[in-house]
Amino acid sequence: MFLINCPYCGERDQSEFVSGGEAHIARPKQPTELNDDQWAEYLFMRKNIKGIQFERWNHAHGCRKWFNVARDTSNDKIEIIYKMGEQPPKL
Amino acid sequence: MSKNLRINNKQFVDETRKLSFVFNGKKLYGYKGDTLASALLSNDIHLVGRSFKYHRPRGIMTSGSEEPNAILQIGNDDALTEPNVRATEIELYDGLICNSQNCWPSVNFDIGGINNFLSPLLPAGFYYKTFMWPASFWEKYEYFIRKSAGLGKSPTKQDPDMYDHRYMHCDILIVGGGVSGLIAAKIASDDNKKVLLLEDKELLGGSLIYDDNDISKIDNQKSSEWLKKLIENIKNDKNIIIKTRTSLAAYHNYNFLLARQNLTDHLSVNDRNNKIRQRLYKIRAKKVIISTGAIERPQVFHNNDRPGIMLASAVKKYIDYYGVRCGLENVIFTNNDSAYETALSLHKSGTKLNAIVDIRENSSSEIVNKVKSLGIQIYWNHTIANTKGYKRINKVAIMKLNDKGNDVIGKKIELNCDCLAISGGWTPMVHLFTQSGGKLKFDNKDNIFVPDKTNLNQLSIGSAKGDFELDDVLKNSIKDTKKFLQIENSNYDKIDVQCSKEKEKKNIWLLPSDKPLSKTKPFLDYQNDSTAKDIKLALREGFKSIEHVKRYTTTGMGTDQGKLANMHALGIVADTTNTNMGDLGTTTFRPPYTPLTFGTIVGRNVGQFFDIFRKTPMHEWHVDNNAKFENVGQWKRAWYYPKDGETMHDAVQRESKAARESSGILDASTLGKIDIQGTDANEFLNRVYTNAWSKLQIGKCRYGLMLNEDGMVYDDGVTTKLGENHYLMTTTTGGAANVMSKLEDYLQTEWPELDVFLTSVTDHYATASVCGPNAKKIINKIFKNLDLSDESFPHMSFKEVKLGNINCRIMRISFTGELSYEINVEASYGKYIWEKCIEAGKEFKITPYGTETMHLLRAEKGFIIVGQDTDGTMTPVDLQMDWIISKKKYDFIGKRSLYRSDTIREDRKQLVGLLTDDPNEILEEGAQIVKDENKKPVNMLGHVTSSYFSPTLKKSIALAVLKEGKKLKGQKLLVPMIDKTIKVTVSDTVFLDKENERING
Ligand SMILES: [Zn+2]
Repeated sequence: MFLINCPYCGERDQSEFVSGGEAHIARPKQPTELNDDQWAEYLFMRKNIKGIQFERWNHAHGCRKWFNVARDTSNDKIEIIYKMGEQPPKL
Repeated sequence: MSKNLRINNKQFVDETRKLSFVFNGKKLYGYKGDTLASALLSNDIHLVGRSFKYHRPRGIMTSGSEEPNAILQIGNDDALTEPNVRATEIELYDGLICNSQNCWPSVNFDIGGINNFLSPLLPAGFYYKTFMWPASFWEKYEYFIRKSAGLGKSPTKQDPDMYDHRYMHCDILIVGGGVSGLIAAKIASDDNKKVLLLEDKELLGGSLIYDDNDISKIDNQKSSEWLKKLIENIKNDKNIIIKTRTSLAAYHNYNFLLARQNLTDHLSVNDRNNKIRQRLYKIRAKKVIISTGAIERPQVFHNNDRPGIMLASAVKKYIDYYGVRCGLENVIFTNNDSAYETALSLHKSGTKLNAIVDIRENSSSEIVNKVKSLGIQIYWNHTIANTKGYKRINKVAIMKLNDKGNDVIGKKIELNCDCLAISGGWTPMVHLFTQSGGKLKFDNKDNIFVPDKTNLNQLSIGSAKGDFELDDVLKNSIKDTKKFLQIENSNYDKIDVQCSKEKEKKNIWLLPSDKPLSKTKPFLDYQNDSTAKDIKLALREGFKSIEHVKRYTTTGMGTDQGKLANMHALGIVADTTNTNMGDLGTTTFRPPYTPLTFGTIVGRNVGQFFDIFRKTPMHEWHVDNNAKFENVGQWKRAWYYPKDGETMHDAVQRESKAARESSGILDASTLGKIDIQGTDANEFLNRVYTNAWSKLQIGKCRYGLMLNEDGMVYDDGVTTKLGENHYLMTTTTGGAANVMSKLEDYLQTEWPELDVFLTSVTDHYATASVCGPNAKKIINKIFKNLDLSDESFPHMSFKEVKLGNINCRIMRISFTGELSYEINVEASYGKYIWEKCIEAGKEFKITPYGTETMHLLRAEKGFIIVGQDTDGTMTPVDLQMDWIISKKKYDFIGKRSLYRSDTIREDRKQLVGLLTDDPNEILEEGAQIVKDENKKPVNMLGHVTSSYFSPTLKKSIALAVLKEGKKLKGQKLLVPMIDKTIKVTVSDTVFLDKENERING
């Protein structure tokens, strides 16, 4: 059970949050311009790495805000939390 | 209490409080302060169970949670009986009833004991090898395996006890109230930290509290006396919360821990009434200190499992703490100094110690010299080659070890004994550390795994970290705790500790016998009956990974998770394969550390509190009117309203007929409702729904279909334009929360530029839906001044009116195909408006109908239910709903996926109607559809998603998803059932009123 430091509310128990998968996968601006492979790349392909992964979390049972988390998937350590729209930090 | 086994001991056992208990039908006595195990031992009972596979007699072996044998069924009440309770952990109470488990007909005469003689036929992997083939026999095998293997019996009635959960937060959590934990608690408290101290026993102090030798001294006082003062000090410390009888069950990431406190298990049954039995603490600690101590290892030698063979430390504890002698003729077998403390305790209590057998060449430490000076016979460089005595040990045969320690030499000497105290050294209790994700390292000097790396804010101290001698334990605990808490000075910096120091070490994982290994039984895992031979066999058969060896031999897979067995198993694997133990790695310890009852895990969440449920404002009316309810998500929805003992079928037929012929009323309050506002609200709807929203006028409603980005139907519902930049969206009942999250997600992360605000208002409004040819008349009776003409208030439109002070939003929308009005009011007026409709509808025999009738009515019209007729693999095209996909819009969620190579396949499963050849035959939802049932394997073409008998059409109707369904209209297919095959014809999905005439009444 993680402790997650919501950038809007502060440190809260993981049970208040839901994970939204890998971060920084922007929805293509012009989906109709893409071929099947390019669209599938956006739709289905995720890195699922061992190590530091950038992912989206939502404070679903709190302020309902989405934000980004850099989490080490090998030990669940949260390295840094930053707001939606911000660039991923160099780690 | 016979044979002079009790020694006068007033310190921990209250001899003025005699308690009676029953073991295997025999009434016995013990004292307050005893565990069940110490009470049994004081009655000269060692034999308490039979082993799992060979049914060998087994006795009490330890004094703690590592006990593999003394596992009993407590109580004989159908609701309260508890299996697999360790006699060494349960405190004796008056009236305790207990029984041995793994034996039939009795522990003294066990039919399964025959397996012991068949043991050459029961090697490692026996179950895997024997019961594999033929597969069809498995059910028969399982029956016999379960019968003969039977561990305890589960209670058959509901647990009447109360359990509780509580959250706790602390600066420092200390697990284990032995000397190292106590001193760490004091240091932390002196630094003004909030400390939570857990101890699984009833008293603090660990093993030092009953230590009675004169060798170890702290600050020049007897160590136990010094410790008692520290405990008094801690008990009065306001910074320290102490929870005794509390064992840590699980150590999760981020220092989240679960601990279980026993509150009533030590009380007599009559004193437990109305008390909480156990409490689960959910602890969040800033820092954790693990001071769980160490457990003693047995030694692995031929016939090392007889009743009367016990850990040396347990023999010592039974004497020094409980005042119980485990035998009158004792022998000690050791490879280290700690067993000499047992020798001193035996001597001091006047208990006969026939000899000490030590595999080492010699030892000259202070404590060994003291034992030597008492004239006790010590056999150096000897091992036990065999033991005798079926239900209780009566002899040991000892022999000299050769130089390498892998064989025995010389003459066999037999020694009498009724208790053999064995010690193979100590294993730090690193289970919690590894549970938390910590990595261990191997210490070659002591042959132990000790805590190494961790990502968490935690520290292991004392013997849990590998310090076994008192001065190391104290001085390192103080030093490490100070560093961990970043403290400069403590009150213990000048502590003076004296103790005996061990100088000689020797360890042999598998001791030799004069018989070849194949003829011996050196047990590793007493609970699962695995021997050193089994490990060697597994290695010969090619198993390499310790995790595989463990599973193949079942070593360490009992309820004790191999607390005693694992180190020897690893040691033997390392020796046999010439590997360094540190390179082998250990098996994983999983929570819970000791078993938890289900009651503790669920706490108060039982009965009506098992899950949250939601009720509509009209709920009471439904209850009063005999509704049956169904669960839709967390909602309790009225399912149907049986009258005069009607079956569900009869009730639904009546309700749906009434709705079609006159008037019906449905509680639609559970539909999800999202209030959408903002200057970009219209653009937002265009992006989230498949159809176009730009031209929707104020006061009008529109049906919308929402997809996932993969093109599959996600949700549907009607959205009403309330004002220029103001909409009310409805969603399915079950999908409400998910739709809200999904829309929020897009707004916050993909389209932050849109000026749109979403508010969930599901709970704020109640909805009564009145339908049927007489609906207009009923609404007119309630809202007399409202113009209900089709010109003023057509289908798919909305009006806001007042009924007294109540604001009513009325939508003329229909899910049944009938003329219908949905009246939305603030939730608190829900029941009022409902009753108003019932009253106004009386003359039209208005009939309340539930979800089942609603499903029937919409199926007649071919309207889908998302989640029933769709399953996350259906596109709008699959549903034959191409009309709802806007061709003009550049983009909407899921649009691009609608022309992926997979979604444009023509042989996808598509929604169709099905009519049974026999109109009275109703298909089962979920039934498979096939063309040919004889050609095997049978090709499954699809399945029935919705099926009803339509009272209006007087025939059975069904919706189904069917491969290439669109092309198959008119085709004859088969629906095979268990007892018959039903013939069906593929049809259109709309069965009733294809021209939509009923919508206007
Ligand atoms: Zn928040």
